[in-house]
Amino acid sequence: MPKLIPVPDDLSKEFWDSVNQKKLVLRCCSGCQRLQYPPKAKCGDCGSDKFEAQEVSGRGHINCFIVVEDGRLDRRKPDQPFNVALITLDDDPRINFYSNLPGVPAYEVPVGAPVEVIFEEVDPGQLIHEWQLVKEGE
Amino acid sequence: MTLQRETGWERDKEGLGIWPHRGKVAIVGYGHSPLDRRWEGTDMDKTLGRYAILAVERAMEDAGVSAEQIDGLIVCPQNGDGTGGPAGRWAPRPYFDPPYDSEEGLSIVTNRWLLKNMNLPNIQYCPDNAPAIGEMMGMASEAVATGKCHTTLVIYTMGNLPGRYRQGGATTTSDYAKGNGQWTLPWGNYGGNMWTNAFPHEQYNLRYGGEHDDVGPFVVNQHRNGRLTPWSFYVNNEPYMITLEDYKNSRYILRPLRIWDCDRPVNTVTAYLFSTAERAKDMRQKPIYVLNHNTGGSEAGWSSHPTLDEIESWGDRSARMMWEGSGLSPKDVDLFNPYDGYSTMVQFHLEAFQYHGVKRGDAYPFYADDIRVEGPHPFSSSGGNLGNGRARTAMYTDSIEQLRGTAGKRQNTINAEIAVCGFAPTGSSNWLALTNSPSL
Repeated sequence: MPKLIPVPDDLSKEFWDSVNQKKLVLRCCSGCQRLQYPPKAKCGDCGSDKFEAQEVSGRGHINCFIVVEDGRLDRRKPDQPFNVALITLDDDPRINFYSNLPGVPAYEVPVGAPVEVIFEEVDPGQLIHEWQLVKEGE
Repeated sequence: MTLQRETGWERDKEGLGIWPHRGKVAIVGYGHSPLDRRWEGTDMDKTLGRYAILAVERAMEDAGVSAEQIDGLIVCPQNGDGTGGPAGRWAPRPYFDPPYDSEEGLSIVTNRWLLKNMNLPNIQYCPDNAPAIGEMMGMASEAVATGKCHTTLVIYTMGNLPGRYRQGGATTTSDYAKGNGQWTLPWGNYGGNMWTNAFPHEQYNLRYGGEHDDVGPFVVNQHRNGRLTPWSFYVNNEPYMITLEDYKNSRYILRPLRIWDCDRPVNTVTAYLFSTAERAKDMRQKPIYVLNHNTGGSEAGWSSHPTLDEIESWGDRSARMMWEGSGLSPKDVDLFNPYDGYSTMVQFHLEAFQYHGVKRGDAYPFYADDIRVEGPHPFSSSGGNLGNGRARTAMYTDSIEQLRGTAGKRQNTINAEIAVCGFAPTGSSNWLALTNSPSL
């Protein structure tokens, strides 16, 4: 899939650097210990601007999904129809991520199923975090 | 004359109490330009600028107000097109002779352009960069109430030029995802309200039961109300009704979101006139008094995507602000005209405001019951965007007409005295409570 390539900025560079090392590292608020994703200047709960990096499990569940049949992104049109699922993180279900669920045919998404993070190259040297179904027995 | 972004008018917190100007401001007139699918670039009598002037003239005629009596001008200079594309801007095509020698008058209309091209000699209050129609209605109410002006225009433009709407702009053609887009675009989410509401809508179905097509009866009823509205796109272009089967057979955009769940972009302008309740007594129409206005601000959500819990909490907060500021309760509201740019956001408004007793999870059975405008629950009597086209003003105009008793074939039969109407989804919604009775 020719996914759009993220352009890191000052706030996101640390996150994308970890993704490029195949690690899912979120910011954890020093004030209230809540995880934060995407990174923002201040904690949405307590307002603190102090954070620590925390590598998370990379395990989650499929909350729900839609299928893009007639989207607007030129780069993604060849992929249509494609799934976009919302993934909740097991470490903190308030944290959610998007996923195209590589390997899962469009429309055939098992809502509620467990998933794990993987890393996908979208440009030389630039990975993004994706999610795949956990195989039985794992 | 003031030319600046206006702030300080917002009623965006709980705990503000009854609006101190409750009932002291009235909507005294409105005017719609013709509503076209697009401006094709040839007929200079159908430009957005020309339509803005026409809408103002019609609002003045409706109210019986002369240009000299107007001292406020609130114009939204954007048509809501954040991603550009051929439907958003005329450039790079060559411009025309004045007054169409720039984007102004073609794809946007500003207060400066209007002042240059209309005779409005006594404008004293003229804020720049009014955000959108929801905020503008609140700004106008507050400006008249606090004496910044006594009679003000509110002008809302929605432009649509040749090309697919919001496609072909910088965001949709780029290979790169910058800013907030780095968290959404790589997976295909290009933003906007079709996306914002998509996942909460799915979560709604999972939590309360039902399926997406249960919104179908609402969508069809919106079209029915639109077919009873003289200025509707459909009345003048596609005057046949759609059925529930048509709806269920329509193609998907973001499955399960169908094409009929999305409003149709149009080229049109609406103008409203607000004045003091005292001055309104001497104007042509029955005044429609403002009981409260409130704004929900711009909620961002905790993580990548707003959840159903967040969407519901934002709606509940807006409703609580409305009841507090107006002194009303859900049982007082006869007519409820929420925004419906996409059908998937409507149940959140309906249940937050508990229109006619609808509680959490009750929207689909309510849609399946009798919501016709001549029935006991004339929900969204305007037909909204879905039934009329993306003017984003049907909910206001209809509320005014219903309370005046001039809604024609759409006239409610429950002797409505109070209407609540608003714009945008729950995270950024703005609301007005209106009445035809000065004693309420």
